[in-house]
Parts: sequence; C-alpha cells; structure tokens
Amino acid sequence: MAQADVSTAPSQRSLDSLGQTGRTDAWWTGPIATALGLGGFIIYSTFRAFYNADYDFGEASQLLHVLEQARQPTGEISRHAHLLSPFYSPTIILGGSLAWVSPAFLILWAPGGFRLTCYYYRKAYYRAFFLDPAACAVGEPSGLCGFKRGRNYQGETRLLVFQNLHRYFMYVAVAFIVLLYLDVIYSCTWPVLDDSGAVTGHEFNASLGSLVLFVTTTLLALYTFSCHSIRHLIGGRLNCYPETATGNLRYRLWSIVSILNKRHMLFAWLSLFMVGFADFYVWMVASGRFTDSPFFS
Amino acid sequence: MNQPTTQDVTLEIFRGDDDGGEMVEYTVEVQEGMVVLDAIHAVQAQHAGDLACRWNCKAGKCGSCSGEVNGHPKLMCMDRLDNYEAGETITVRPMKTFPIVKDITCDVSWNFERNAKIQTLQPRADTDWQFTQREADRVQEFRKCIECFLCQNVCHVLRDHDRKEEFIGPRFLVRLASLEMHPVDDADRLEQVKDEFGIGYCNITKCCTEACPEGITITDNAIIPMKERLVDRYYDPVLWLWRKLTGKD
Ligand code: SF4
Ligand code: SF4
Ligand code: FES
Ligand code: FES
Repeated sequence: MAQADVSTAPSQRSLDSLGQTGRTDAWWTGPIATALGLGGFIIYSTFRAFYNADYDFGEASQLLHVLEQARQPTGEISRHAHLLSPFYSPTIILGGSLAWVSPAFLILWAPGGFRLTCYYYRKAYYRAFFLDPAACAVGEPSGLCGFKRGRNYQGETRLLVFQNLHRYFMYVAVAFIVLLYLDVIYSCTWPVLDDSGAVTGHEFNASLGSLVLFVTTTLLALYTFSCHSIRHLIGGRLNCYPETATGNLRYRLWSIVSILNKRHMLFAWLSLFMVGFADFYVWMVASGRFTDSPFFS
Repeated sequence: MNQPTTQDVTLEIFRGDDDGGEMVEYTVEVQEGMVVLDAIHAVQAQHAGDLACRWNCKAGKCGSCSGEVNGHPKLMCMDRLDNYEAGETITVRPMKTFPIVKDITCDVSWNFERNAKIQTLQPRADTDWQFTQREADRVQEFRKCIECFLCQNVCHVLRDHDRKEEFIGPRFLVRLASLEMHPVDDADRLEQVKDEFGIGYCNITKCCTEACPEGITITDNAIIPMKERLVDRYYDPVLWLWRKLTGKD
C-alpha cells in the first residue's frame, strides 16, 4: 500500500490516488463487506422480482378472495393461512396484456427508493460502490465511470440533490408497515375446515412462517421509525419544547426516535437480511420444498 | 516501589515543511502507560531537539496535538503506546489537509478565517434567557468541541477534493448547528449554510464522527438535522406550497 504523500505541499499537491494512505489496518474490509451485503441483496431481490412465482401460499385473505377469483386455492393450500412474501405485498393482480409484468416491480420502487435515499445507506454505498471515500483517510480515485472527481466533486449539490426527497419515500414506507402487519395477521388466520374440506370459519394459529413475517415486519418498523427524517419532523425541527401537552409529547417522541436512531444502521442491516429471508422462506413453502406447520394443533 | 517497565519504541516521523520532507526513523526508550506525544517528547530530548510539535494540555482538552498516527487522525496525547503491537513501527505525520509549518505542526488558520464568517448568537429581543435542560441538551453536546480540527482533516471534501472555498467543514457545521438549534437564538443562517458554507458537499460518509476525540455525533446530530432543516426550507414541495398558501412557516 502506498504511503500518503506528505512530502508534497498540501496547498499545491496533486490529489491522492485510490488507496493512498498511511493506515496500516485492514481498512478495505468494511467497504468490501458492505458491497457484498448490498450487492447480494440487490441481485437476490431482482432475481425474485423477475421470478414472479411462488411468492404466496395458503388460503388467500378475505380481500384477496374477492380480487382473486381466478386463483382460488385448492387442496393442501386451502388448509393453510395466507403467507405472502414482502416483495409482493400488497398483492397486485395484473391481468390481460399486463399479465407478464411482475407485480414486484410495482412495489419494490418504494422500499428501494426509501433505502436508496436513506441517510445511512447513502453513507454505505457512497463508500462501498463510489469509493467516495472508500474509508476514512484513504485516497480516492480521480474519476469513476466517466465522472471526474478530485476538485470536480459536487457531493449532493447537483446530480444527487434528489436525495433531499427522502421524507416522501418515508411516508410511503410507513404505509407499507401497516400493510405488512396486516399480512402478519392474515398469516395467523387459519381456515377451519369441516369433514368435507369446506371452510367453516377461521381461527388464530401461528407457524414459523407467521413468526418470520412478524420478525421481518417488526425490524422494518424499527428501521422505518428510526429514520432521520422522522426524527426531524416529529420534534427535531423545534428549538424549544414548551411545557405544554404538545411540547411534552413532541419532546418525548423525539427522544424515543433519537434512541432508535442510534441503532438505525443495525436495523437497516437486520431488516434487509430478514426481508430477503422472509421472501426465501415463502418461496420454499410455496414451491413445496418446506412444510410450514401451525404451532398449535 | 516497583520500577516502571521500560521498552524501546521505533517511530517514523515526518521531518520537513510545506515544500517537502521525508520520514525519519527514531528509536526511543519509553515507559509503561506513555502516549505517542510522550514518545515525540522523548525523540526531542534524545535525538532531535529541533523537532517541531504543538501541544499544550496533554489531557485531550486543548486540541493542539492533532496528527496522523499510523494513518489515523488522532490526538497524540490521548493515544497510548500500548494501543500498538510491541515492535511495531509507529508512523507520525502532520494533518494532511492543512499546510505544514514544520515537521508535524500544521497551519490551521484557514479554520479560524472560516469561523469568523459565522454569525454569533443573536438572542431574541424579548428573551429572559430561561430555557429548560431538555432544550439545552442538544446544543451542549456540540459545546464539547475542542477545535482539534481532526474532523476537518479527515473530511474527504477538504482532504481529497480540496473544496476549501466551497465547504466550511464538519467542525463549523457543528458550531452552526449549535447556534441554529439554540433556544434563544433568533438569527437565520440556513441560506448561508446551504450556499456559502456548502453543506450539500457533505455526503454524510461520517469520517468526521469517527475521528472526533470528543465523541460528538457530528453527522447524525448536527449535519443531518441541518440538512433536514434545509429540506423544509428549500426542497420539500408540499411545505413550499403550504408556505405560499398560508404565509406561515
Ligand atoms: S460526514 Fe460530511 S462533513 Fe463529515 S467527514 Fe463525511 S463528508 Fe465530511
Ligand atoms: S468536532 Fe470533534 S473532531 Fe471536530 S474539531 Fe471539534 S472536537 Fe475536534
Ligand atoms: S434515514 Fe435511513 S430511513 Fe430515513
Ligand atoms: S495536548 Fe492538548 S489535546 Fe493533546
């Protein structure tokens, strides 16, 4: 590893090149781990979005019964509560000439945009994919993919100014949390069948599948409610918290979000991993490779 | 009383000035519990009386002894030698982002020039100077700053992209946040934060936070909240419409 070139005057020096540093530790492990983690997730989720099959299992929810006359489940499937992959939630049924479009693409832009503009992920991918910087006190490339860097660096002032719309993705993400908790409820609503196999009612039960959906949604909720934009809107934008009911409430909410916000990176990774795993689990169950049995008989 | 354990430490120290220089190796005897600054003093005492090094408090409070130890921005007086493997050569360089006066001493006056452009606290006309602890807490974190400029040194906008004209740097975004969030302050510095001080150049990659010896959560508690305030003012279309329609903030 080349040493930092301090023998050149900083005021006139040519800028560093990639990897130029005096650091002797393994600074590259962080960006490589991030690149692998994010890259792996992007590849898996894109593959599953194109896959457009095996994303749900079991008796469809009440609402879906109405929407999905054509997909009424039969046999084994009808005895199971409805498990739905978070990549395909809420269920969107495209018919006719649009039947070939994977509904995942109509859904994933929202959580994708939310994570793309997230203050934590920005740090993660600016470092891991754009090497801007790859690590602290480590030299950067003078250009990347045709974009000149060095003194031409613009940060988030020009092309990336759209990052400032993060809060709009956040509003959509909050709505998604509600929808995903509904999916958890549906996954715990098991059909009761009579001897002939006809559905006579519904009862509560749980399975590994509903647990996976519950943990995933809770981690997504923790990630969403630890967002910097929420922290700002809920109380961070104020300088004074008067001793009134609203002042107290906003201060308390801001304090709670601030506590969560300290762990935003942790929630970002855990929820990313779990959302991928939840989809994988539903895929395995829906394709018959794994049996998701209820916990209580 | 037990004699303190002594051992030899080898240091490679930058010797030179803004026109150039070289890394020079010195071996000195140090005692258990010593810090890098002690080793520098030992080099001065034993080998090189003309080695320039700035320091004052030796307690991590004056912010004078900033440098780069094994490539990491550090206060030399707070960096214990037992953080390093026995026998490891420890390199000590001046902060890279600022011109070198001599050896490991930098000219950090650019920072003071930029600081002078910040409007000081402007109390509200009717303020009684009373505010609650919970209103003071946020600003108090920022008051811990010792102006060591390690965050300025490691910030890639200044260090790698050399945008000193356009970007004021994390230390002063911390100061601006402490003023903007102050419960009795009445000035409005947001336009300056956006245009003259260039907060948009910060891409929130957090090296300043990692380097801060005072543990100030620079990016999450100062820079991002200020970016969000700018979104309110300049980028949020719904808030813009709301202000147009109601005339209210
Ligand atoms: S977070 Fe912003 S201010 Fe801090 S080092 Fe990174 S670019 Fe510079
Ligand atoms: S914010 Fe931290 S790193 Fe920056 S000058 Fe102040 S104490 Fe030093
Ligand atoms: S900052 Fe990460 S989700 Fe908003
Ligand atoms: S000598 Fe004061 S901070 Fe190191």
